[in-house]
Amino acid sequence: MTPNLPPAMSEATFVLVLTLLLVSPVALAGLALINTGLGRSRSAAQALLGSLAIAAVAAIAFALVGATFAGSWGGASHTFHAAGKPWDWLGAGPFLLGGLGLAPAQAQLGLLFEFLAVALAAQIPWGSGADRVQLTAGCAVAAVMAALVFPLLAHWVWAGGWLAQLGVNFSLGSGFQDPAGAATVHVLGGMTALVVVWIAGPRKGKFPPGGFATAMPGHNAVYILFGCLLALAGWLAFNVAGAVLWLHAPLSALPGAAVNTLLSASGAVAATFGVTRIRFGKPDASLCANGWLAGLVASSATAGIVTPVQGLVIGLVAGVLTPLLVEVLELAVSVDDPSGAIAVHGAGGLWGLIAAGALAPQAGQLMAQLVGIAALLGLALPLLYLLLWLVNRVVPLRVEQDGERIGMDLHELGGGAYPEFVIHRDDSYR
Amino acid sequence: MRFAGMLVMPAGFFLAIAALVLFPASSAASRAAFVLCGMAVEALGLVVAMRGHMEDKGKSRS
Repeated sequence: MTPNLPPAMSEATFVLVLTLLLVSPVALAGLALINTGLGRSRSAAQALLGSLAIAAVAAIAFALVGATFAGSWGGASHTFHAAGKPWDWLGAGPFLLGGLGLAPAQAQLGLLFEFLAVALAAQIPWGSGADRVQLTAGCAVAAVMAALVFPLLAHWVWAGGWLAQLGVNFSLGSGFQDPAGAATVHVLGGMTALVVVWIAGPRKGKFPPGGFATAMPGHNAVYILFGCLLALAGWLAFNVAGAVLWLHAPLSALPGAAVNTLLSASGAVAATFGVTRIRFGKPDASLCANGWLAGLVASSATAGIVTPVQGLVIGLVAGVLTPLLVEVLELAVSVDDPSGAIAVHGAGGLWGLIAAGALAPQAGQLMAQLVGIAALLGLALPLLYLLLWLVNRVVPLRVEQDGERIGMDLHELGGGAYPEFVIHRDDSYR
Repeated sequence: MRFAGMLVMPAGFFLAIAALVLFPASSAASRAAFVLCGMAVEALGLVVAMRGHMEDKGKSRS
């Protein structure tokens, strides 16, 4: 089946989207700083080097393998027919980015968007495995995600795959909509974080026998909060670029998408500020950062679709849910997730996708979003679990016990991020 | 239990897909019910997997 091709893009729009995409890696810098700040000081250099290495590995794996499977809208793909409908499940693009310069302008921009998206998605689980996941294992996880799992979702959602065609084939609104990667980047990243945390296990001393979870706060609140501001800049660019590329929004709709992004983040951080102040007596800086990010994540699905007031409400809900979920995951389910990625990116992304469906004007849009979520949880999560379980057999995710004791910086890099600081002994290792 | 949970989750996905194939667009309520049932099965699988990992952790807590 040949999907409907998107409308041709004017030269001015092309330049605008290209400029936005060149700005959006600022979000990567923001996430890297947040992940580093939320870890311990004795693992800070490894965390930041890991962010860099993981972005590089993800880009290379996507270029060598993933881009072929992701394909492009209107490009070649693998389709099977069942129940009288075509199911476009895998892209069949050129190998090794062949003919990139000759591809239509929109396809080239779409590919650049996907490169940035896969680099962002690969960062997310790295923060969850902080202080105990080896650098090589983090890179292996990024490679597997970028080569095999992300391309599947990118094809289904952005390249005319079966999820994008739910509207045409099953009268479900406009098909599954995810203009800035709430599903393909954030839910995927959150699910990978969950699997990494499951396989690697908690940090030593996090859950002492017969006691409450030990608080292991991040080492640098300045990194965390400055990272949030950087993330805003990157998200604004990414959301607006996504609205043009995947929703074909007119230029007049773009300021609204940016306003929605800002309002969603603002509502979320205000709500988290209030929730943590009520619960703990004072606002919690790292949870407020988590709330801010959750608002941005939810806006990835909704910024180009909803009104500003709806964007604000979506942020408020995300900001209330995030600190509660972080607490539930840690205290009730014994999940040690230093960056809170499972709640922020996983749950925040799911909330955004549901809100985008519920608030869309088209009939059946909510059902399309739910089917997309069912595909993420029912196919992508088990696939990720299988692949990372195999990765763990080849490259163990968890560092040796000694590495955890002396810190990832000394163990993996031979030197710390703050060499003139005194490293204090951790009471939990007595 | 971890693997059992992971095996249950695709079953929920296929239930959701079956809703699209079995019911026409005019039966929106039936479709919605089937899709929600599929998602409930996925949630059940997730809970089972979560419980499996909690048990593992209980054995190796330190």
